[in-house]
Amino acid sequence: MLQMIAQRLALGVLTLFLISVLIFGAIELLPGDIAEEILGQSATPETVEAFRRELGLDRPAHLRYLDWLGGVAQGDLGHSLANRRPIADLIAGRLANTLFLALYAAVIAVPLSLALGILAALYRNSLYDRAVNVFTLSSISFPEFFVAYILIFFLAQSGLFPSIARVTPGADLADKLHRTFLPALTLTLVVTAHMMRMTRAAIINLLASPYIEMARLKGVGPARIVLRHALPNALAPIINVIALNLAYLITGVVVVEVVFVYPGLGQLMVDSVSKRDVTVVQAAALIFACAYVLLNLVADVLSTLSNPRLVHRR
Amino acid sequence: MESPITVWQAIAALLAFAAGAAVVAWSFRAGALALAPHAVARVLRTAPLTASFGLVVILAYVVVALLAPVLAPFGEREVVGGEYLPWDEVHLLGTDNLGRDMLSRLIYGARNTVGIAFATTTVAFVVGSVLGLLAATVGGWLDQVLSRAVDVLMAIPALIFALLLLTILGTSIPNMILVIALIDSTRVFRLARAVAMNVVVMDYIEAARLRGEGLGRLILREILPNASAPLVAEFGLRFCFVFLAISALSFLGLGIQPPTADWGSMVRDNATLITFGDITPLLPAGAIALLTVAVNFVVDWMLHRASGLKE
Amino acid sequence: MTTEAVAPLLVIRGLRIEGRAEESWHEIVCGVDLTLHRGEVLGLIGESGAGKSTVGLAAMGFARDGCRISGGSIEFDGIDLRAASRSVRRGLRGKRIAYVAQSAAASFNPAHRLLDQYCEAPLIHGVMGRAEAEHDAVDLYRRMQLPDPDEIGFRYPHQVSGGQLQRAMTAMAMACRPDLIVFDEPTTALDVTTQIEVLSAIRDIVDQFGTAAIYITHDLAVVAQMADRIKVLLRGEEVEEADTRTMLAAPREAYTKSLWAVRSYQRDERPPPPDAETPVVEMRGVTAGYGSLDVLHDVGFRVHRGRTVAVVGESGSGKSTAARVITGLLPPSAGEVLLDGVALPPDYRRRARTQLREIQMIYQMADTALNPKHRIREIVGRPMAFYLGLRGRALEARVRDLLALIELEPDEFIDRLPSELSGGQKQRIGIARALAAEPRLVICDEVTSALDQLVAEGILRLLDRLQTELDLAYMFITHDLATVRAIADEVVVMKEGRVVEQGPKSAMFRPPHDPYTELLLSSVPEMDPDWLDRLLSERASGVGGATDAPAARP
Repeated sequence: MLQMIAQRLALGVLTLFLISVLIFGAIELLPGDIAEEILGQSATPETVEAFRRELGLDRPAHLRYLDWLGGVAQGDLGHSLANRRPIADLIAGRLANTLFLALYAAVIAVPLSLALGILAALYRNSLYDRAVNVFTLSSISFPEFFVAYILIFFLAQSGLFPSIARVTPGADLADKLHRTFLPALTLTLVVTAHMMRMTRAAIINLLASPYIEMARLKGVGPARIVLRHALPNALAPIINVIALNLAYLITGVVVVEVVFVYPGLGQLMVDSVSKRDVTVVQAAALIFACAYVLLNLVADVLSTLSNPRLVHRR
Repeated sequence: MESPITVWQAIAALLAFAAGAAVVAWSFRAGALALAPHAVARVLRTAPLTASFGLVVILAYVVVALLAPVLAPFGEREVVGGEYLPWDEVHLLGTDNLGRDMLSRLIYGARNTVGIAFATTTVAFVVGSVLGLLAATVGGWLDQVLSRAVDVLMAIPALIFALLLLTILGTSIPNMILVIALIDSTRVFRLARAVAMNVVVMDYIEAARLRGEGLGRLILREILPNASAPLVAEFGLRFCFVFLAISALSFLGLGIQPPTADWGSMVRDNATLITFGDITPLLPAGAIALLTVAVNFVVDWMLHRASGLKE
Repeated sequence: MTTEAVAPLLVIRGLRIEGRAEESWHEIVCGVDLTLHRGEVLGLIGESGAGKSTVGLAAMGFARDGCRISGGSIEFDGIDLRAASRSVRRGLRGKRIAYVAQSAAASFNPAHRLLDQYCEAPLIHGVMGRAEAEHDAVDLYRRMQLPDPDEIGFRYPHQVSGGQLQRAMTAMAMACRPDLIVFDEPTTALDVTTQIEVLSAIRDIVDQFGTAAIYITHDLAVVAQMADRIKVLLRGEEVEEADTRTMLAAPREAYTKSLWAVRSYQRDERPPPPDAETPVVEMRGVTAGYGSLDVLHDVGFRVHRGRTVAVVGESGSGKSTAARVITGLLPPSAGEVLLDGVALPPDYRRRARTQLREIQMIYQMADTALNPKHRIREIVGRPMAFYLGLRGRALEARVRDLLALIELEPDEFIDRLPSELSGGQKQRIGIARALAAEPRLVICDEVTSALDQLVAEGILRLLDRLQTELDLAYMFITHDLATVRAIADEVVVMKEGRVVEQGPKSAMFRPPHDPYTELLLSSVPEMDPDWLDRLLSERASGVGGATDAPAARP
C-alpha cells in the first residue's frame, strides 16, 4: 500500500512538472511574434526589442524554461511586464487573502453539505429530499455573480454586511470575518449544493447493494444502515467530491473576488489578463494549478486509505 | 437606506413564481400530451413538473433567440435615450449605462450569449466524443496518449486555464470559443470514453470484432447507439458549464465584447445600480440562471429515466 | 400427522406480492400457502421468475424495493407480520428469523471485519454482550468447519474465499439462535467441489440447533439433500408439495415430472473419427496468459468435424481462456492453433475474413451478446451480408430460413429487439448469428448455464440437431457435468490451466479416473436424498480417495 501511495505521489510530481511545461510553453503556441502581438501594432521596434529581452525570447525555449523553473523553486517568480515589480511581492499578500476566503467558505460548507447530504439520503424521496433537490439543482445553475448580487441586494443594502470586502492588514479576526462574510457566503452557497448532491448520490448508489439488504434483514434500523453500512463505503467518492470543491473554492474565487473587490489572487489575475501581463498570469496560473493538483493528490491518498481492500491485502 | 423590496416580499415573490411555473409546466405537459404523437406522449407522461418547466423555458428561449429582431422594440446597439433611465412605458426595463434599451438588449442577448454557448458546446462535444469513442474502441497506445494528455489538461482548473490562454491569444469571440471548447472537450472525452468503455466490454462488441468489422462500423453502428443516452444528457450538462463559463468571462470583461449585447457583460456594465436598490442588472443574470436551471431540470429527468430503465 | 398437535412456526395463507414494472404493478406471487413447523426444513424450488426468493423474503415480512405484499397473511409464531409495526418486524429480523443470501461475497459489507458483522445482530437486539458474542462466533466458525476459527473473524470479506464466506454467513445467521433461517440459493454461485462442504456444514448446524429453515434453490439434487419437504413453484403459484422422498419417487404434476426428466437427457457418443482425418481445429502446446501471469500451460486438444468436445473445469481452470486463444483474442506466448491443419495467425486482427468466418462463438450471457439497439433482422443478417455478400431479398430470405431453423417463427421475430425476447429465445438468436456465418467450428461458452433447466434442454437438443444437419464441430465449455453427459463425444478436463485428463466420454465416466476428475464427478449432487450422507461417509473413510482440499484454500 505504501508503494501505491508512493506511486500516486510520483504521479502528482510528474503532473506538476507537465503543467509547468504547459503553462510556460503556452506562449510558444502563438503563431508569429509574441512581443509584437502583445504590444500591438503601434509599438516601436525599440520597445519590441526591449520586451523580447525582458522575456528572454532571444534564447532557446528550454533554457528559458529551466531558468524560470529554477527561479520559481527559489521563490523568484520574475517581474511583471506591466509595472516591472517582482511578482512574488505582488502575489504574497493576495495569496494569503485568497486562501483565507477559501478556508472561511470551506469551514462552513463542508460540514453543512455532508450533514444535509446524509439527511437527504436518509429521508430520500421525502418532501424534504425533493425540496432540497430542486433547491440545489437551482443553485448549481446560478452564475456566481448572480448569487453574489442577490446577497448584496438583500444583505448589503440594509447595511448588515459590507458589499465591498476591503481588508486591512491590521484588522482583527472578527472584523475580517464580518467584512468577508458575503463573499464567503456566496462561495458556500455555490459549493454546498454540489457537495451535498454528490454525497447523497454516493450513499443512495450503495443502498441497492446486497449487503445493505442483508443489514436490513438483520434488523438494522435506517439511521444505522446509512451511517454504518453505507457511509464507510461511500467515503472514497465523498472525499473526492470534497477535494474537487475545495479546489474549486481556491480557483473559483476569481469571479467572487471581482464582485466584492476583494484583494485576492484571482482579482490580480483578471487585471493581468486584460493588461496581457503574461508573466503575472503564468505565475498565478501555476499557483492555482499547484493547489488544485495537491488537493486532488491528498484526496487520492485519503480515498486509498479509506478502502479496506487496498489497506488490508489478502 | 431602506430597500424597496424586503426579504419577505422576495420570498413571497419566489413562491408566487414557483406556483406560476408549476401551473405553466403542468398546462404545457397537458397540452403537449394532447398534441404530441403517441410515442412522444408516452415519454412525456413520465416527466415531472420540474422537467416540463425546463422544457417550456428552453422552448421560450429558442423562440426569443430566433425572433429577436421581431420581438425587440429597439435595435441592439441603438442609443435611444439617457443613461440609466428608470422603467417606463417606452423603455419597459429602462436603459443601460450608455442609454441603450435594456429590454431589447436582453432579447438580443438570448441570440448572442445562448448562440455562442451552443456553438462552443457543439465544438467541444464533437471533438471530445469522437476522440473518446475512438480511444475506448481502439485502446492501446492511442488510448494511453489521449488519456494522459487529457489528465494533464484537466489537472489545470478550467477557468484559470481559460484565463491563461486568453492572455496569450488575446480576448475575442473566436478565441474564446476555441479556448472554452478545448477545455470542455477534455471533460466530454472523459465521459465519452467511460461510457464507451462500458459498451466495449460487452460480448456483442467482441462478436463484431471477431467478425472482422472495421473501426467505423464498430463505433457508429455498434457502440454509438448504446452510448447515446448518457451522451445526450452530457450535452445538456456541458451546455450549462460552457454557458456559465462564457457568462463569467464576459462578466469579467474578457469574453464577449461590447457593443454586442451579452448577458454577462450587461451585468458588469450596470452593476452599480444594485447598490441603489434597482434590480435591473439582476435581470440578465437571472436570464442566465433561468436557462441553466431549465436545462439542468431536463437533464436530471433524462438521467433519472436512463438509470431507472436499467434496473 | 403428529406435528398437527403443536402450533406451526410459520403460516402463510394466500400470499400475494406485486412487482413494479414500467409504471404499473404486476402480480408476481399469486396466492401461495405455506406451513412450516419448528425444526423442519422446507425446500422451495422453481425456475427463475417462479417467485421463490420473493416468498422467502416475505416469510420475514420483507419485500424488496419495487415490490409490495398486496394480500394474504403471514403469521410467525403467532405474530401477524403484515399487521405488525415496523419496529416489531425489525426486532424479529436477525433475532428470530435470519437470512442467508445467494452471494456471500456481495452480502458482506466490504468495509467491516467478519466478526464485527457477526456481532451486529446480537448487539442491536440485546441478545448478548460484545465479548460473549465474539466468543460465540469462534465456536460457530469452528462448527462450520472454517479454517483457523479463532482468527478468521478478524479478516475483511475480500480476504476470505467464496465457500468460506458462505459458511461465515450461515454462522452469522445463527448468531442469535433464530427459530427460522431463510437460505436463498446459498450454493448457486459456488463450484461443485466447494458446494459439498457448504451443504454439509449448513445441514449439520441446522440439525444441531433444531432450526427450521426455508431452503430456496433451482437445483433439485441439492434440495433433495437438504429438505424434509419440497414445494414446487411456477410463475408465483404452487404446483405441488410433498415430503422429499415421495416427491422424488412419484411427482404428481406434469410440470414437476418434466423438471425431473430434464436431468436424464443424454445422447450416445458418436463413433470416433478416422485416424487420418485432419481435425477442424487443433490446439498445440499452447501457453498463454495476461501479463507475466500464465493462465494456460501447454494445453493441447483437437476438435473433429461433426463432433463435440466438452472442455470441463471449475472457475479459474482456464477453459474460457482456451477459447480466447482459439478465437485470436489472446495471442499465446507459446504453441499454435491450427485450422484444417494450417496454423492460424495468433491475433484475430491478422486473420483472413474466411478464417474468422469459420470459427464462431456462442456466449454464456445472451443478454450481453446481442446488441440491444439492433433488430433480429440485422443481428442475424449482418454476418451473411459481411461474409457472403448477401443483399436485399436474398438476405431476408436467408434470415427467415435461419429463424425457421432455430425454431422461431420468422414473421413474428424478424423485427423484434433483443429486449422483446425471453432468455431462451435470445440464446437461439445467438445460435442463429453464429450459424449465419456458415462456420466449421462453433465455440459454445457455458451457453446453458444462465438458463432454466427446461429451456437449457431445448437449447441442447437444438444444438445437437444442428450439428447433425450441418456437420458442425463444437467446442463446448462448461462446468456442468450433466451437460457433458448430455451432448459430449469427447471430454477435456482442465484444472489450473492444465489438461488433467482427456478422452472419449464413455471412458471419462468410467473408472479409473484421475483424482481431480474423480473429485469433480463425485461432487455432482444426485437426486438421491441419501447421496450426501453416503458421499461424506465415503470420503471420511477414504474410499472416495479425495478430500476437501481444493476448496479449503483461500
